[in-house]
Amino acid sequence: MGSSTPLFDKHIEAGARIVDFGGWNMPLHYGSQKQEHHAVRQNAGVFDVSHMTIVDLSGGRVREFLRYLLANDVAKLTEYGKALYTCMLNAEAGVIDDLLVYYISATQFRLIVNAATRDKDLAWIRDQGQAFGVTVDERADLAMVAVQGPNARDLAARCIAAQHRDSALALRSFHGMQAGDLFIARTGYTGEDGWEICLPGVAAPALWDNLLAAGVVPCGLGARDTLRLEAAMNLYGSDMDDVISPLEAGLEWTIAWEPDERDFIGRAALQALRDSGSRRRFVGLLLEDRGVLRNHQKVIVDGFGEGEITSGGYSPTIGKSIALARLPAGDYDHAQVVVRDKLLNVRIVSTPFVRNGQIRIDVEEKHDE
Amino acid sequence: MSEMPGDLLFTAEHEWLRREEDGSVTIGITDHAQGALGDLVYVELPELEQDLENGGEMAVVESVKAASDVYAPIAGTVVAVNEVLADDPEKINTDPYGDGWIVRIQPSGRIDEGALMSPDAYQQFVDELDE
Repeated sequence: MGSSTPLFDKHIEAGARIVDFGGWNMPLHYGSQKQEHHAVRQNAGVFDVSHMTIVDLSGGRVREFLRYLLANDVAKLTEYGKALYTCMLNAEAGVIDDLLVYYISATQFRLIVNAATRDKDLAWIRDQGQAFGVTVDERADLAMVAVQGPNARDLAARCIAAQHRDSALALRSFHGMQAGDLFIARTGYTGEDGWEICLPGVAAPALWDNLLAAGVVPCGLGARDTLRLEAAMNLYGSDMDDVISPLEAGLEWTIAWEPDERDFIGRAALQALRDSGSRRRFVGLLLEDRGVLRNHQKVIVDGFGEGEITSGGYSPTIGKSIALARLPAGDYDHAQVVVRDKLLNVRIVSTPFVRNGQIRIDVEEKHDE
Repeated sequence: MSEMPGDLLFTAEHEWLRREEDGSVTIGITDHAQGALGDLVYVELPELEQDLENGGEMAVVESVKAASDVYAPIAGTVVAVNEVLADDPEKINTDPYGDGWIVRIQPSGRIDEGALMSPDAYQQFVDELDE
């Protein structure tokens, strides 16, 4: 049967098509995935992301622990509510999960990790945290919604207590704050401005109702995936996993190499790969022929070898198919993808594909014949 | 929901067939099928005059979610394809029994109607799937 979030009845009420997602009964869409996608790019949409795992860590050595556990460096976080995106690696530099970590105080941090990786994440964190005397508190009592889009903050602000509105609207990107029962952060997974809000599960249906009444469009996991793909934000389990390092998943920017003396799990293996020079490229692809790129399709790069699409789909904003792919090392800007029995032409483009409602790639450049 | 016209026949693979006056057969996918697929973004059509076997690959419909094969429900020769779908695949979502038709085939033999469902039978078939 699977687990349901506190918003399950609201999804049914809104006409959701429910699918199983990592053991959770989640809305795929509420009628049209494309319309939901456009609502987020042009106005505001709300996603139930209560299936994600919220973990509060505390203890006198918790900062020291996270500097060892995570590939990015929580020493960058010094003010209340500041967030950092990071990978959590194994000793071989494979990605156990990607997550957001929030600084609450010198002895308290909040992690938001993926739903599908909950069990292994918690086991790993507890196991590694023992030596540091860290207390691990999974906040299953909390629900989480993401309100995203150019009008998201303005509309969502009407739905929170008046005394918190000004400070919530003043939050800078990647900052969060407690606002009564709500923890509001200016973060997201769509390439648009917006908030992610953690709140007690019992309070979630009322907030949901208020958001919809304010004109925010309910959006399912389908639109969440096409939005994050356009924004070139990685999906754990598709773009990287336990045997792929951040260096081959476009996530080198999340690794804090400095200071040199910081020892974090996976560092030695990462450095060896960085210095080997043979690491694969992780790129954005634009399909120049008709069709749709999909996960796991084979990519052929003439003279260089083969690679694979890690996330592919149709971009509603661009009106063409786009993908993220892991390809052989080398200097080239065109490739071909095997789609059924045909070879389709793709061009390598810089990512993100779309950001803040704007197409960021050159869509019309012609393939060299 | 699109209303299901009474002159159609249906397959268990959620395709519909309509016999035209000239003896050809128009084929599309059902409202149930388009709903399950979600917003369509690409349709790969067969070539004109291509010969199709019963059960052979006829078209591919791709939604935001996934690609699905559409198999020929009868043997025959392709006499028309719905070119409109190349630029407007969502016609299948908005009008699956009308403007969203996919292929017209000239059957190569007798159509085995015993293997096809009436509108009522198909509706019952879908209702049982949803239970």
